[in-house]
Amino acid sequence: MTSKITRCLMPNRTSLFRWLFVGALLTFSGAAQAAWQPTKSITFVVTGGAGGGADQMARLIQGIVSKYRLSKQPIIVVIQNGGGGGQGFLDIKNSPGDPHKIAIVLSNLYSVPLSTNLDFNWRDTTPVALMALDEFVLWVNARSPYKTAQDYIAAVKASPGNFKMGGAGSKREDEIVTAVIEHATGTKFTFIPYKGGGEISTQLIGGHIDSDVNNPIEHIAHWRADEVRPLCVFDTQRMPFKDKVTKTESWNDIPTCRESGIDAQYLMLRGILMPKGVTADQLAYYVNLLREVREKPEWKEFIAKGAYKESFLVGDEFTKFLEEDEARHKEIMKKADFLAQSGSVK
Amino acid sequence: MGVLYRTVDFLVAVLIFFVGLAVMIESYDLGIGWIKDSPGSGYFPFRIGAIISLASIGIAVQALLNNASEARTLFVEWSRFKLVLAVFIPTAAYILGIVFLGIYVSSAVFIAGFMRLAGKFKWLMSIAVSGGTVAILFWLFEFEFLVPLPKGPLEALFGY
Amino acid sequence: MDNILPLLHGFSVVLTSYNVALMFLGILLGIVVGVLPGLGGPNGVAILLPLTFTMEPTSAIVMLSCIYWGALFGGAITSILFNIPGEPSSVATTFDGYPLAQQGRAGEALTASFSGSFLGALVGVLLITFLAPLVAKFALRFGPPEFFAVYLLTFCSFIGMGQESPMKSIVSMMLGFALAVIGMDTMSGQMRLTFGWTGLMQGVDFLIAVIGLFGIGEILVTIEEGLAFKGKSANLNPKVVFQTWARLPKYWATLIRSSLIGCWMGVTPGGATAASFMGYGIAQKFSSRRDRFGTGEIEGVVAPETAAHASGTSALLPMLALGIPGSATAAVLLGGLMIWGLEPGPLLFVEHKDFVWGLIASMYLGNIVGLIIVLSTVPLFAAILRVPFPIIAPIIIILCAIGAYSVHNSVMDVWFMLGFGAVGYLFKKLGFPLAPLVLALVLGDKAEDAFRQTMLASKGDLSIFWSNGLVGTITVLAIVLLFWPAIVSLCRRMRSPKLGQAVP
Repeated sequence: MTSKITRCLMPNRTSLFRWLFVGALLTFSGAAQAAWQPTKSITFVVTGGAGGGADQMARLIQGIVSKYRLSKQPIIVVIQNGGGGGQGFLDIKNSPGDPHKIAIVLSNLYSVPLSTNLDFNWRDTTPVALMALDEFVLWVNARSPYKTAQDYIAAVKASPGNFKMGGAGSKREDEIVTAVIEHATGTKFTFIPYKGGGEISTQLIGGHIDSDVNNPIEHIAHWRADEVRPLCVFDTQRMPFKDKVTKTESWNDIPTCRESGIDAQYLMLRGILMPKGVTADQLAYYVNLLREVREKPEWKEFIAKGAYKESFLVGDEFTKFLEEDEARHKEIMKKADFLAQSGSVK
Repeated sequence: MGVLYRTVDFLVAVLIFFVGLAVMIESYDLGIGWIKDSPGSGYFPFRIGAIISLASIGIAVQALLNNASEARTLFVEWSRFKLVLAVFIPTAAYILGIVFLGIYVSSAVFIAGFMRLAGKFKWLMSIAVSGGTVAILFWLFEFEFLVPLPKGPLEALFGY
Repeated sequence: MDNILPLLHGFSVVLTSYNVALMFLGILLGIVVGVLPGLGGPNGVAILLPLTFTMEPTSAIVMLSCIYWGALFGGAITSILFNIPGEPSSVATTFDGYPLAQQGRAGEALTASFSGSFLGALVGVLLITFLAPLVAKFALRFGPPEFFAVYLLTFCSFIGMGQESPMKSIVSMMLGFALAVIGMDTMSGQMRLTFGWTGLMQGVDFLIAVIGLFGIGEILVTIEEGLAFKGKSANLNPKVVFQTWARLPKYWATLIRSSLIGCWMGVTPGGATAASFMGYGIAQKFSSRRDRFGTGEIEGVVAPETAAHASGTSALLPMLALGIPGSATAAVLLGGLMIWGLEPGPLLFVEHKDFVWGLIASMYLGNIVGLIIVLSTVPLFAAILRVPFPIIAPIIIILCAIGAYSVHNSVMDVWFMLGFGAVGYLFKKLGFPLAPLVLALVLGDKAEDAFRQTMLASKGDLSIFWSNGLVGTITVLAIVLLFWPAIVSLCRRMRSPKLGQAVP
């Protein structure tokens, strides 16, 4: 039976060669087009807490990828925020060559290793892309008498250590921004660390702290409810979003701190990394995937809502950014005495 | 035949004493006094360690001096302790298995092993129940919940 | 009272066949998740969060909150039947629930527990319905000194009543505190008590401790008696249910008290676990039946469960109105809200009426539905007891392992679980009470943070703890509760005629 079929399909030797030729052509052209595709589910490591900024962005990316079927394999979000994110960093470092793992990091990428002697550096990973930059705004309670940043800083300067600045974690971005303000204006705050941004918001509204440096999205609801007042944004330019957020103001109406006499800037990265030792094809897959995610309306909506600074850096540009950002953090943290004593991970 | 209650009471107290000591030593470097206006990181841990060690001395002394009838009873008979170990040690092996074989394979072996060795079920039954249970778990966690559990070489063969 | 209209509107939103189906599904899933030790409210909700992406936010939160409910209900089932709490908030239920089951009164215990839960949750929902803005304003008055005072109050309400050796109780509690310290310190950004080992970086989650101490520990203790669970028939026939219901009004004081405690702990983030301990502790201190607590007293089951459910429910209030999650599960729900583009805050109630009132309406319905479902599925769970030990024991252990793993996605946690199992075995047999350890583990870190934040703000001035009415009241209450047993016995002795002379 089979021999009949064989004789039908390949009556003679020339046909055999023809089949082989066509077969080879199909295989190689397929390989050239496909590049690398993931063969199992992608683990998306979140180096922040459940429900926090990193987690939200990861789940947003996961949602967009799944909705538009941008990947044949599902993305699974996994929270590994032990030790301020150190757990996630070490996971990436200890999975060299694994192309099915990516991580989202914030500035804890530098602040945690620098302040805790964690045996990790971002150079132990492969940078994939910078997705956005978080803006920082100086907020006070709406009932406070300070209408501008100058007023507030003047008051703080006159009374060193008596104004309470609330922030998330210790020696992390909020305290770093506070240090930047102190260095630039010669003021002294009493910094009170809290566990998370949500708690800080309510502390400000309740009058238990005098100011905070939360990201726009952490205070948007309270600003609209007229419970907090933004004084200035720590950037070289104002935020570009002109749509009114409150009845009268938009993000764009908030002056930069420089305009208000505080020469302090701080932006926080939201970056994606993957383990070292992956091939160029594998890296390219994720760069492309993230590029596609950014074009979707859900992403744009998220960016606008949170007043993020648009940015998309890949490859060498991203690496250069990380080098400069890390150096800057080292400098600020050294000046503020946040660096860990050398020794084992304490 | 077994271990006296009193003995275990004493030994555990001694162990706890050293735990307290370790806590004290480890928190010493963090600063056990007040830094500026608030307690340093090591302030409370140090004192907690101290209380642990002190209280455990008290327990140890009580254990030594305790002549109540309860204290002279057995903490556990060897025959019963063997049953405890019969669960404890396989569980430890199971967890070790999770690291190397992944949780699904390990679980299957664990259930089957228990059923066969402890319950004297037939091999066929044991494998059927363990295989079935693990299959349900796999479906539940890998596909429905999308919670990645540790997997090993077997799953890797199938591309997971 | 002007919230009745929006509430009715909310009911109309929820009562679509799609949403009702989701409700049932959510509650069933929740019960399953609650029964499984380790897979609790937070993981359960986090696991199912991605599934809700494709749903409308209202439907999604209805389902997720029903999972939350179901988990709260379900946790009590294994606590009573197996002495293994399915949820940390049902640890306190084991104190009297399990002895009741051992006496063959599991049906009563379960009914009492579920009914108490139902009433507690109802009070919580009523609070949200009618008093939301007031409560939100109240919650805003809590700064670090007030938080510390609340934690102090919780501790003081629970300790001081046990019959165990006081030194062992102290060691237990201190060990709990020590465990709570391990990991990253919020206040200084440093690692503490990690002994240079990265394995301890994530700290010790109280969920792991509970699974190990109570889950694995219980199994190890039980098998000494032979490879079998002590068979307790738990036939929940309607007669038992009605009989127990008839007796419930006797405990009206406990029910009200625990509900209030629960609402308090939910709004001032203390959490359902702390609420259950506090409910139990205060009931023990004030009840006329206090001597029977721990031996199988129905009140000892009603008190913690009512408080835990009231707390779990009212924890949603600060989550919705202020964005502060009052519990771990609320934190995950909060994350979900943000992803769906909804910001918590007073404007949420105004701009997303459908969502908020649909959620609140679903709480009422979910509570009722939950009670019915859980009462009817009890025989099912009781039947698990009849599965031969060699099959059920490894499965329970496996589920515990999965639960432990899923907290931080780390096998290290599973090893810790085993370690806690050994500790649980030793401690249970040596008479070290486990409850203080768990309470200290749950609240220790937060309490210490609150204290240090307070000191930073007040510059080391301790008088801040009675600087305003709120914090002063709570602090005084805490101290009173701590010394309550001593005060009571002192009063008794003063009034007792047996002593002869009257004390001037």
